[in-house]
Amino acid sequence: MIFFVLRRLFFAVILLFTVSFCTYVLFAALPTNPAALTCGKNCTPEVIARNEVRLGYDQPIHVQYGRFIKGIFAGRTYGQGDVAVHCPAPALGYSFEYHQCVTSLVTRTFPVTLSVAIGAFVLWMGIGVGLGTLAALKRGRWQDRFATTFSVVGISLPTFFVGLLAVLIVVIWTGIMDFPDYVGFTENPIKWFTALILPWCTLAIVSASTYVRLTRNGILEVMNEEFVRLGLAKGVKRRTLIVKYVMRAAMVPIVTIAGLDFAALLGGAVITESVFNLPGMGKLSIKAVSDSDLPVLVATTLVAAVLIVLANAVVDIAYGFLDPRVREKS
Amino acid sequence: MTEPLISVRDLHVSFQTQDGSVKAVDGVSFDVMPGETLGVVGESGSGKSVTANAIMRLNFGTQVDVSGEIIMGGRDLLKISDEEMRMMRGQEIAMVFQDPLTALNPFYTVGSQIAEAHRIHNPKATKKELREVVLNAMVKVGIPEPVKRMDSFPHEFSGGMRQRIVIAIALVNNPKLLIADEPTTALDVTVQAQILDLIGALQDEFGSAVMLITHDLGVIAETADRVMVLYAGHAVEVTDVDHLFNEPTHPYTLGLLGSVHSLDGSTRGALRTITGTPPSLINLPPGCAFHPRCRFELGEGSACRTASPALRDVGSSLTACHLADSELLQLVSKDGV
Repeated sequence: MIFFVLRRLFFAVILLFTVSFCTYVLFAALPTNPAALTCGKNCTPEVIARNEVRLGYDQPIHVQYGRFIKGIFAGRTYGQGDVAVHCPAPALGYSFEYHQCVTSLVTRTFPVTLSVAIGAFVLWMGIGVGLGTLAALKRGRWQDRFATTFSVVGISLPTFFVGLLAVLIVVIWTGIMDFPDYVGFTENPIKWFTALILPWCTLAIVSASTYVRLTRNGILEVMNEEFVRLGLAKGVKRRTLIVKYVMRAAMVPIVTIAGLDFAALLGGAVITESVFNLPGMGKLSIKAVSDSDLPVLVATTLVAAVLIVLANAVVDIAYGFLDPRVREKS
Repeated sequence: MTEPLISVRDLHVSFQTQDGSVKAVDGVSFDVMPGETLGVVGESGSGKSVTANAIMRLNFGTQVDVSGEIIMGGRDLLKISDEEMRMMRGQEIAMVFQDPLTALNPFYTVGSQIAEAHRIHNPKATKKELREVVLNAMVKVGIPEPVKRMDSFPHEFSGGMRQRIVIAIALVNNPKLLIADEPTTALDVTVQAQILDLIGALQDEFGSAVMLITHDLGVIAETADRVMVLYAGHAVEVTDVDHLFNEPTHPYTLGLLGSVHSLDGSTRGALRTITGTPPSLINLPPGCAFHPRCRFELGEGSACRTASPALRDVGSSLTACHLADSELLQLVSKDGV
């Protein structure tokens, strides 16, 4: 088992380097000159050339990438003398749009995204798995029809529509709450919670729909397995049978997909964050796109990729714990 | 005369489908005596497994109608509550399934699965006692190195070994009746014999009755005391194993015997098939369900085509056929012609 975990982590590291290199090259290949973006409309070619040197864009791509990686581990200083800016490790770049190190932008926005993701994840897994289980156990009855309808509606509705509808109903029509204004958890947990209720529900409704289906179908499939029949023939109680035999088997693939979905959400819930005006990573990325703020784009893409690779590794390792057959093969 | 261990009377099981009601078991009655082995034989779809599942009340889904009586220990298993039935399962009646590769829960060690079967019916058992029970059961079914193997998962065992585990689970509470539903069908021939021997040996030791469901007449010859032949949800012949092979009294039984090789050297010539296919269980033919395929059928307007025959005593056997006794007993010799 330890060997299995180590091997998996080793491959995750290799994959991370590959991903970071591809991301870096991809953005370096864009026709925009990153140095030209550093000084706005009144740029003279001299200023651009100076900034090019200052930021290292005059170097060949592999040198740039090497410096980038070195910056992540050792920190990096941009420019020399009075105009020098130092970004401590892990330095992901310097944004002229914000005049800040990209790392501090990411660390400021990531907690927001994390808050959104965790709450939404808990909600959608609860609703999705709960409703899916109910539907499977009451197959063909009204509970099943309700869950299936919920699932179809949820899958069909785009996130921005659900989000705006929620704002329209809760904030504008009924006035139950004001338009949420995000506050950090450490500042005011209650305000933090109320600000996030609507985004959580929005994401949960959309994502839970998929999980209702996955859970329902998974459980129905496992129920036909011979080992469930043997459990029944042993005299296992119905409740135990459902938890220990049916759910245990049906949850393995769902945990895998859930891990990846959660990681994708951590990269930034672009639409939800925009609709609810949450200062998270998704909003940071979207703004970086419209501003052509390349260092920020590289950084957010890279962070999202790292999270997905990590989640993949975690899911694989978890899979080994959940299913003894997988553990054995490695 | 000893009391039967379990008496099945006029059992009907039908499944509601979009095409109509499928009569999987249509009025079957039989007894299983304490300690005996009753072989149940028939083609696919003859109602063998459905009968077994009805005894265990393992009919998933709501689209199933079961009627009749299944009397065991003075109680009708079809009438007792779900909780009472649950206590019967694994304690009084246990079951071994066809495919050992899928019958064990892949997420738990075999030891814990055997222990679970015991703990359900002995909730006060301590961990130490359970461990004893598990080791004991694994030794009895012939699993080498049980101390080491009890913590292994099902996928680490071969098919034959897994079937031994399933048998250990079934016998851990010393049930009065063991229903073995095609226990050897999914196994290699050499392993089949071992498993059958094992079931026989454990039966001798514990005195359990066995209801052995199979489509393999070789298995029947090897293990059964009495045999019930099923066709299209009806019992067509009930007899002891010697009479089944030497003096079959139903044309269908004769057909079955004619369609397998015999190893005793007395070849009956070329293998014979039973012409036609089993009837649709939604629309059974009128009269005797077997008449469209029967070589001895009495023809237009006869009882064969109008009345469903009931089991009747013809001396050596109970048989469900309209042919006269004398004709039935000559089936063997006729077949030779």
